[in-house]
Amino acid sequence: MKPAVLGMAALIAATTALSAAEVEPGKVVFAEDGSVATSLTGVPGDPAAGRKAIGSKKIGNCVACHQITEMSDVPFHGEIGPSLDGVGERYTEAQIRGIVTDAKHTFADTIMPSFYKVDGFIRPGKRYTGKAADETFGPLLEAQQIEDVVSYLVTLK
Amino acid sequence: MKNKSLNGVFGLVAVTTFAIGTVSVWAETAPKPAKLVVNDESEMVTEVKPAEGISHLATAYDGWRFRASETQAVQSDDFENPGMIFVEQALDNWNKVDGTEGKSCASCHGAPEESMVGVRASYPKWDETMGKVATIEMEINNCRTTRMGAEPWKYTGGEMTTMNALISVQSRGMPVNVAIDGPAQSAWEHGKEMYYTRTGELELSCASCHEQHYGDKIRAETLSQGQINGFPSYRLKNGKLNSIHARFKGCVRDTRAETYKPGSQDFVDLELYVASRGNGLSVSGPSVRN
Repeated sequence: MKPAVLGMAALIAATTALSAAEVEPGKVVFAEDGSVATSLTGVPGDPAAGRKAIGSKKIGNCVACHQITEMSDVPFHGEIGPSLDGVGERYTEAQIRGIVTDAKHTFADTIMPSFYKVDGFIRPGKRYTGKAADETFGPLLEAQQIEDVVSYLVTLK
Repeated sequence: MKNKSLNGVFGLVAVTTFAIGTVSVWAETAPKPAKLVVNDESEMVTEVKPAEGISHLATAYDGWRFRASETQAVQSDDFENPGMIFVEQALDNWNKVDGTEGKSCASCHGAPEESMVGVRASYPKWDETMGKVATIEMEINNCRTTRMGAEPWKYTGGEMTTMNALISVQSRGMPVNVAIDGPAQSAWEHGKEMYYTRTGELELSCASCHEQHYGDKIRAETLSQGQINGFPSYRLKNGKLNSIHARFKGCVRDTRAETYKPGSQDFVDLELYVASRGNGLSVSGPSVRN
């Protein structure tokens, strides 16, 4: 085998290992209280990336509904959901992961969107185009983005 | 979150139980008291207690009540209200002959100040000839195609929406009074079901925002009840009059859903239901909004 092919084989092996560690949407195991004990990726979250996702309209846009004092540099926090100040004290990491992944397992009738889910929707669309969902349809956040957001939220004490 | 008694109880606050007949635990926030008096002479009814069985609203509020005072002021004076410029334009179309029959709106309907009084207040309504619930837009196009021999206008297009504004302003100050029973009942029920259906990847219904959280801020915007008594609506955002179905489409799109089509029977039914949620409010269009 040529070295280049060997390299390719190693890359494929590594990619397979990575995707094997990542829990797919729909395969996440929720405890009775809605919490998710195990990381969705096995890779520690990046709190700085999580903070960015929470404040960005193009990523999580969590502040559209939730106020976070620590993020007062980001303008216009909403009032729809509760303030997330101190959320890291009120909840365990597993509970926060459960809520960010799919809050409906914790609060059955919450209006909070399910951020890591791909089925069970009524009239799913292609992002904000108003058109029907197509093959590009995916969860609102990627698994690692969920872990990033969780890793930031646990710091809010 | 404005419901102080539930502050700090994350779990309870987030549970926004919806069930007909139960006491709501969500966080409606009443707007500040304010009077909408147009041109210093016509006072609009901007809050009213809805009839039983239509919605879960304790009070229905005109969307004007949720806007900033500067925006409110613009709607209070027809010389300031940019929507009124479009009403003027529509009057030209009203008098303009179009189509194979050599007729204008005026040929049959005379002056809109006389013939169109009260029309907007009762629409959408059951149209016996069409055999369905019809909107003002549908009636306009029905006139154009069957009586004038003219091309139909695009449902949410400029000519259509401005003509709707001209017709609406003739009912300004009159209470919205759409019929929800009789032949319109099944359409109304379908519209109601749509209102409470959580669509799209965000799984939001109309009620999620406009019934459970009116008065609360979503990012920089204050949510209204989504009342439609003030349509067509001049939006500062796009500098034109906006129709009800265009607004519906934008809202459904923002739930990351596949939208319904403007002019579709789905949206007509939803319009009837949403109109009924504001029965008793004054027809107040053309309104001015963000």
